[in-house]
Amino acid sequence: MQNVVVLIELTHTGHVPASARGLLAVATRLGTPVAVTVSEIPLEASTVAALGELGAVTIHAAHGPSAHSILVAHLVDALDAAVTAHAPAAVLAASSVDGREAAGRLAVRTGAGVLVDVVDAHSIDGKITTTHSVFGGNYTVHAAVPGALPIITLRSGAIDEQAPAVTPEVLNIELAAPPGTVATIDSYSDAPENQARPELRGAATVVSGGRGLGSAENFVLVEQLADALGAAVGASRAAVDAGFISQTAQVGQTGVSVSPQLYVALGISGAIQHRAGMQTAKTIVAINQDEDAPIFEIADLGIVGDVFTVVPQAIELLNARR
Amino acid sequence: MKIVVLIKQVPDTAEERRLDPGTGRVDRQANDPVIDEITERALELALSVKDKDKSTEVAVLAMGPEETSKAIRKALSMGADSGIHILDPALAGADITLTAAALAAALKGAQADLIIAGNESTDGRAGIVPAMVAEHLGLPLLGALASAAIGAGTVSGERLNDAGTQRVSAPLPAMLTVTESFEEARFPNFKGIMGAKRKPVTTLSASGLGIATEPLSTVIDLEQRPPRTAGRKIIDEGDAAAQLVDFLVTQRLI
Repeated sequence: MQNVVVLIELTHTGHVPASARGLLAVATRLGTPVAVTVSEIPLEASTVAALGELGAVTIHAAHGPSAHSILVAHLVDALDAAVTAHAPAAVLAASSVDGREAAGRLAVRTGAGVLVDVVDAHSIDGKITTTHSVFGGNYTVHAAVPGALPIITLRSGAIDEQAPAVTPEVLNIELAAPPGTVATIDSYSDAPENQARPELRGAATVVSGGRGLGSAENFVLVEQLADALGAAVGASRAAVDAGFISQTAQVGQTGVSVSPQLYVALGISGAIQHRAGMQTAKTIVAINQDEDAPIFEIADLGIVGDVFTVVPQAIELLNARR
Repeated sequence: MKIVVLIKQVPDTAEERRLDPGTGRVDRQANDPVIDEITERALELALSVKDKDKSTEVAVLAMGPEETSKAIRKALSMGADSGIHILDPALAGADITLTAAALAAALKGAQADLIIAGNESTDGRAGIVPAMVAEHLGLPLLGALASAAIGAGTVSGERLNDAGTQRVSAPLPAMLTVTESFEEARFPNFKGIMGAKRKPVTTLSASGLGIATEPLSTVIDLEQRPPRTAGRKIIDEGDAAAQLVDFLVTQRLI
């Protein structure tokens, strides 16, 4: 079986990121996964076990004291070394900020091709083909890089699949100083983890709020409905720009793209830029006071009404069903 | 200091955007081309440096067909000093690899202390070209910044990623990319529009840059998703919440 190199971006606190599950699942489909990690100290047994649980057959574990104080360069060097050592048929990374940069630099350094923001990948007769969702899901495109090593960045949350568990073989490698001038990370400030609520990317249900909520205080209503439905919280750009919620919750053209089973839009007019981030949802429910709001053109159930009346009633009914 | 800003002309996101079913390329006839908003914010950052220090030279670099010259002229009217246009019909089907190589080749001759780009375009959304350009040039990259402090010999800022924020820094020459957290661009004024006509724009071809024109990636096929249609619309008369819950139950969503 051909090797597939997978970048697993361990956090500076040593956690396996949520993206690892889908990346290793796709890598298992395409071949034998070789996970590449970069950490300050050799991997803890718990990290090795966690990666084995997700299907990492081999772990190319690079470690060194500057692992978390040099920006991206170590990831590129570790990937480059893994490509040389394991002669993979493909390289996978998350479409995250660091993953994309590492993938891009690796492609230039090794003369490989890039296939980006991929939602699915298959190997047919040894040829790797990727699926892309373009222009807010209006188009599905299949692509390949026939003459070169494909470096693939996978959209977070696109793959809901887990590879069978394995017992990984760990190859410990010491990091060398990266060549040339590098950017440094001077300090970290981690986002508070909300364990109670699912992550927006890949969530089965998303409840989003828009300008119609009126204020940051009122936006709590969106969170309450989300909790009643076990959903992730999203927002329109208008709500983010108005300061109701942080930018990480932004769904749309320039935010997160989601494809949940259920998308509930509260007080969102449904501008084309918002629809580009959510119109591939299986079912869309919209509540808006303006009966001409464009969101109703794509909603499976549209409710013309006041969110401040309808949503509290719905929360009460949902909680009563428990 | 010399700053080069990468700008991109894209189809307006406020309209329906199309792909050409034959080539898999963006259908440029389908809508009005505009400067991508994120690259306007990148230009605004460069112009804000120039506001404080008049000796700053700001150039814009764009690759694209003939009409891209309009985007460059707009950038000049906003306050950039000069433009570089990579214009070559042989590059019409350029993929990410080729685009990054072309931009890097043009930048090699530009002697920039700082290169500023947007974190990702609204059409491709790849967000990978800046890192590839930085690798070609051997420069450090501060990507996806929420804020930036540009000094004489260094650049620093706050970088946004999935895990939170990081304070990052790099010595110049370097490259950075901005996110939507940066200021919106200024509007060109009358003086700017008149002055833009006299500002220099250099045109470069693929052969002039010494790069190949054969892309690595190919589009195998594409399919257009049928448009979504409206379902049931009800007006709340006191029972909408109950109808909503019933709907979710019938659809097995709860």
